[in-house]
Amino acid sequence: MRKKTSYLRNIIDTCTTIFEGMAVTFSHFVRKPTTIQYPDRMPVRVQDSLPFRYRGILEVDLEICTGCLACERACPIDCIVIDVKKDKDAGGMVMTRFDIDMAKCMYCGLCSEPCPTGSIHHTPEFEGADYSLESLIRRFIKDPVVAYKPKKTGETDPEIIPILERGNIYVEEFATPESNKPVGGDKPDPKAEAA
Amino acid sequence: MQQYLDSLIAGGYFAGLPTEVVYLLGMLAVGAVVVFVFILNVAGATTFVERRVWARIHNRVGPNRVGPQGILQWLVDGVKLVMKEDIVPADADPWLFRLAPYIVIMGFVAAFAAIPFGSRLVAADMNLGLLYILTVTSLVVVGILVAGWASNNKWSLIGGIRAAAQIVSYEIPAGLSIMPVVLLTGSLNMNEIIRYQGWMPQDWLLFANPFTFVAFFTFFTAALAEGNRTPFDLPEAESELVAGFVTEYSGVRYLIFFMVEWGNLYIIGALATTLFLGGWHIPPITDNVVLQTILEFVVFFAKSYFWVLVAMWIRATLPRVRVDQLMSICWKYLVPITFANVLLVALWMLLVTPGGFVSRAVAYAMTLLGTVLVLYFFRRVLFHLRRARVRERNQLVLSPLS
Repeated sequence: MRKKTSYLRNIIDTCTTIFEGMAVTFSHFVRKPTTIQYPDRMPVRVQDSLPFRYRGILEVDLEICTGCLACERACPIDCIVIDVKKDKDAGGMVMTRFDIDMAKCMYCGLCSEPCPTGSIHHTPEFEGADYSLESLIRRFIKDPVVAYKPKKTGETDPEIIPILERGNIYVEEFATPESNKPVGGDKPDPKAEAA
Repeated sequence: MQQYLDSLIAGGYFAGLPTEVVYLLGMLAVGAVVVFVFILNVAGATTFVERRVWARIHNRVGPNRVGPQGILQWLVDGVKLVMKEDIVPADADPWLFRLAPYIVIMGFVAAFAAIPFGSRLVAADMNLGLLYILTVTSLVVVGILVAGWASNNKWSLIGGIRAAAQIVSYEIPAGLSIMPVVLLTGSLNMNEIIRYQGWMPQDWLLFANPFTFVAFFTFFTAALAEGNRTPFDLPEAESELVAGFVTEYSGVRYLIFFMVEWGNLYIIGALATTLFLGGWHIPPITDNVVLQTILEFVVFFAKSYFWVLVAMWIRATLPRVRVDQLMSICWKYLVPITFANVLLVALWMLLVTPGGFVSRAVAYAMTLLGTVLVLYFFRRVLFHLRRARVRERNQLVLSPLS
């Protein structure tokens, strides 16, 4: 004991500290609970509240995938497997396989950075629980698909335009990492960066 | 109760049966009704209320999924425990191990017989009601000790021994805290003690004089220790003894131990209400006997349940004491204080005439003091709330949801 404590002092300390402690806990009792009742009693879905650059489960928009294999090469753990072959009859490159093993994926985001059209990107979806590792492999191609070819004159197909625009958001996002900070006029050209 | 049975016998309902057998059957019937209608539900609901209250103090929500706001949680928990396998360890004493929960629940249920829920709602209005309750609740310690010994497990044994040491020690301050009340009222009958008081706070024994005010707090502390409640829950200290004397129990027997623990809380509250807080007294607003009885029951239940809530609140506030601290609190502090209290109350009774000017003035002054304490308490609560708000404002909010 550093400080000499007396009998009466102990009694008074006991009473006052318990009184104060009870006041503290009572003040917590009347506060609103901070619990977030995930997943079913949320004011908004968690997926909707996440930031744009959140790295959740990967997704590929096959309509605008050029089959350039940039993502496959960029992946440090080779969880992306793409099979492409030339097919004159179909009119260019034909993709027969586009598999992403989400069990291996480490969510580094390196695949979506080099993608020229923003086809491969992370979604805010993060609920990946499943019963087997096998079913975690996302197979995007069932039947062979003709790879997308960017047109010099601009896209005319009304079904593809919105997808392409969405992909462009990703492209721009990765091309200018500091775009959320206002940086005068020296903002680099997204197209130059992507190329 | 007895009058009712007597009238039934006189009415020729039990022709051919000896009176004693009829009384026995009547007592069994009343006991069963009390256990299944009142005790089971109160103890069960208390587990749910405790979890919710505790959660709110932790800024959590607590169980809220089973039924509206989770009020059926305790029923589900109970059904789960009943359906579990009742395991008796190979090396345990099979008979004592099975017997222990029944000893515990016997002592606990028997106490309800003398608790006056209303001026007419008391199963056994005996002259030594208070002494009876103190005695039969001590039976619980026998059951706990038997459970600890029969489990043949070190944790159980330590838990049982701790419980015995603790309950035997705290019987003394508990008994001595009750003494001022017994001296003032001159009775050990629970209903007589309540009749001595009134429905106004200044008529309560809590505010009768400074010594009963102190006696109330020493009584509540000692009663918490006797009920093995935090901060005195050493017999089942999770961090040290796994679950203390219930370590080896499962299924229904485990359920019984926990029912007793939570039910005991209610008995503590009921005793505090009877002795210090005016019991079932209601303002004289109605002459209807049935309505009066219902109101009395409601008032008594509300008062005693308030102290159950306070016990939960204490559990969320105070850390567990050490064994040596437990003993020093009892023998160095509570026993001398309560003993001095008894003597001072005796002196008070010699010097002050009951119902005279001085005694009434002191009662009003003590009531004022109590009110001031409560008001000051809420001022402190407001202070803490305001401080929390200021801190929150100065903090960076990192939650993506806000």
